[in-house]
Amino acid sequence: MITVSKKERALYKTITVALAGNPNSGKTTIFNNLTGSHQRVGNFPGVTVESKEGYLRHDLYRIKVVDLPGTYSLSAYSLEEIVARNFIIHQRPDVVVDIIDGGNLERNLYLGVQLKELNVPLVIALNMADEMKQKGIHVDCAAFSRFMGAAVVPTVATRGKGTDKLVEAIIQAAEGHAARQEAPRVDYGPEIENELAKISALIEEQKSLTADMPGAISSRWLALKLLEKDAAVTAKLQGPAPLLPGSTTTNTALQEQLQLSLKHLMDIFNEEPDTIITEQRYGHVQGMYRKMVSQKRMSRINISDQIDKVLTNRLLGLPIFAVLMYVTFWLVFTLGERPMQGIEIGQAWLAHRITLLWPAGSESLLKSLLVDGVIAGVGGVLVFLPNIVLLFLALSLLEDTGYMARAAFIMDRLMKWVGLHGKSFIPMLLGFGCSVPAIMATRVLDNRRDRLTTMLVLPLISCGARFPIYMLIIPAFFPPSQRAPIMYAIYIIGVVLAVICAKLLRSLLFRGELAPFIMELPPYRLPTTRAVLIHMGQRSWLYLRKAGTIILAVSIIMWAVTTFPRLSAQETAGLTADQARQMQLTSSWAGRLGQAMEPALKLMGFDWKIGTALIGTLVAKEVFVAQMGIVYSLGEVEVATPAKDSEKVNSTAQQTDSAGYSATEHLRTQLRKNYSPLVGLCIMLFCLIASPCAATLAVIRRESGSWWWAALQSLGLTLIGFVLTTIVYQIGHFLQIGTKIM
Amino acid sequence: MKDEISLCELAPGEQGKIIRILGNGLFKQRLMEMGLVKGQLIRKVKLAPLADPAEFVIKDYHVSLRREEAQEVMVSRLP
Repeated sequence: MITVSKKERALYKTITVALAGNPNSGKTTIFNNLTGSHQRVGNFPGVTVESKEGYLRHDLYRIKVVDLPGTYSLSAYSLEEIVARNFIIHQRPDVVVDIIDGGNLERNLYLGVQLKELNVPLVIALNMADEMKQKGIHVDCAAFSRFMGAAVVPTVATRGKGTDKLVEAIIQAAEGHAARQEAPRVDYGPEIENELAKISALIEEQKSLTADMPGAISSRWLALKLLEKDAAVTAKLQGPAPLLPGSTTTNTALQEQLQLSLKHLMDIFNEEPDTIITEQRYGHVQGMYRKMVSQKRMSRINISDQIDKVLTNRLLGLPIFAVLMYVTFWLVFTLGERPMQGIEIGQAWLAHRITLLWPAGSESLLKSLLVDGVIAGVGGVLVFLPNIVLLFLALSLLEDTGYMARAAFIMDRLMKWVGLHGKSFIPMLLGFGCSVPAIMATRVLDNRRDRLTTMLVLPLISCGARFPIYMLIIPAFFPPSQRAPIMYAIYIIGVVLAVICAKLLRSLLFRGELAPFIMELPPYRLPTTRAVLIHMGQRSWLYLRKAGTIILAVSIIMWAVTTFPRLSAQETAGLTADQARQMQLTSSWAGRLGQAMEPALKLMGFDWKIGTALIGTLVAKEVFVAQMGIVYSLGEVEVATPAKDSEKVNSTAQQTDSAGYSATEHLRTQLRKNYSPLVGLCIMLFCLIASPCAATLAVIRRESGSWWWAALQSLGLTLIGFVLTTIVYQIGHFLQIGTKIM
Repeated sequence: MKDEISLCELAPGEQGKIIRILGNGLFKQRLMEMGLVKGQLIRKVKLAPLADPAEFVIKDYHVSLRREEAQEVMVSRLP
């Protein structure tokens, strides 16, 4: 947040500017150019649509820039469009800047014309002026300016060109200095114009209807929206139907006229009026385009098309995609491994230093809180940071170059079968590494339903933290020849369940008209380092600030649950350190809860010891292994995780020395003695399905904008896990498969 | 009406002129806002590796449409 002193407020005049534009028009780059690093990322009130605000100072002006979501239109069909339109209508920015991609002028103009119809002070940034030159497109800016009744500033956002002129134009427009000549308005043809006049006359009559609407919104615009059957405007103007029969509210006159007009137009054109209106608007755009654009020569061979001949080739497309996905996965998880180890070592070192502050062997609550609560909690937040920084590096490279759309193009057929968008594939893939960055990666999905579905089923993909559990259980119960197939099977079960759940969510919770898969394949572009860095920085900060605080809080709560009530010194007298820890855990709230849950656990074949360890999985899945070690009084048990194996053995900071490995073997022996292979399988199944860890839930909360989704996921998955595991256990038990304790 | 076919029936590399869009509501509106209006030229570039969706060029830009969507767009084939 940028703080502004009172003195500054008094000195400077504040101008609010909204940036509007099509996706891929370079809007974000212009936003970065305008505001530099003075940005704040958040959400628009009440919705998950991301909002970005920034400030800049120029002469005696303080300009607040709001980056509206990229949209193709303002017809209020998608959430993004509603947000953008509502912002312009209700927040009344002093100036709206429409960023127009010069290389794709005609389609971009459609939004521009709609903005003009909203009657806001407009400035046009004609972006990608360099690409236009390459394509041999010449635009008569003076004519353009006349047609739109707005200043036109050519820009090359990627090289920062035109930014100063854009700021000047914004100030001119805000101060009303700019020659705001009336732009020719869209002529919808005599038939529609006639109906528009009738409806707007009725709206004019009833001032009360539009009392809370800004003056700039014309009755003509409202009438137009009514004819377009715009849901928001229709609801607003028609008001509720009369409650009592016979009571005629004045709105009925309007309603009747609207019905008449719609029917009349339908009869004449034999088409929905909104179709005709869109066609007319495009006609207006085409007319404008022809008058102001001249193309000198036909475009040379397009480099972007050449690249696409290879990257989305019918034969090469899939292999190249597979390689790029592997590189992404490698970048996020393998490259992130070293810094993660660094963080873990630093954390262990800090914990060690703090422990030294107390005399050896003493038990202090404060020490425990600091070491096991705070440091472990902060560590739990920071440990994901390298993954997340690298994830957003990978994502912004994929997205800014334009490959993301191709990835969706290639994978869409497969994902469509699941009921999802092609772009969902990337988060799903990342889910094998860790759900936290994977959920953050769902930001690439534009449709909220797709995004929520993907987020909610993602934890069913076996993440890296499940691996240590599988690695503990599988060798404990299964002979070497069966180990690989079982490991494979458990991963497949996760994927299959994710697919089923996605289909179920799609048909139950997120029903309704499927958003059409009309996806632009933008030209390949080289991303600017600056844009990539800003993107990475913002996202990582967002994670630390929002998800991080929740993860930290949950870690401390979990510490309390496993630490309290404390045992007195007498109670632990005469016990070894390991036994004391076992007793502490079993008599803690977590231990008691595990014991209280035993009747339910029994159905899945679990005892209270497993139950207590399962409570620990709420912090992080792999905690299960350590907790089992404690309940079996075996000291530190750590199983090598894919990210941590060899390095950890060598690091003195970690206690995982050779004894750690033998402790694991001990635990496996204990497990074999106490449980059947069927129970082992059930543990894995339950750990796979049941509630994701706190970090995942915190990120879901953050990304979905509501605790409701996090709660639904946590409870829903736990329930599914419970039911499925019970079924598997009971069937296995009944058929006597794998029930023999070795 | 001369040989009205859907976009699906265009072969990669072929070009058509949009006659009308079937269907209604959000879907049709979306297509039209993206520039698929009556009289517009549209060229099929290629199919995705798994045969669906397909890539088209319209008004200087590339767009991907699923088979179900392309079926709703009626065009006349141009030489």
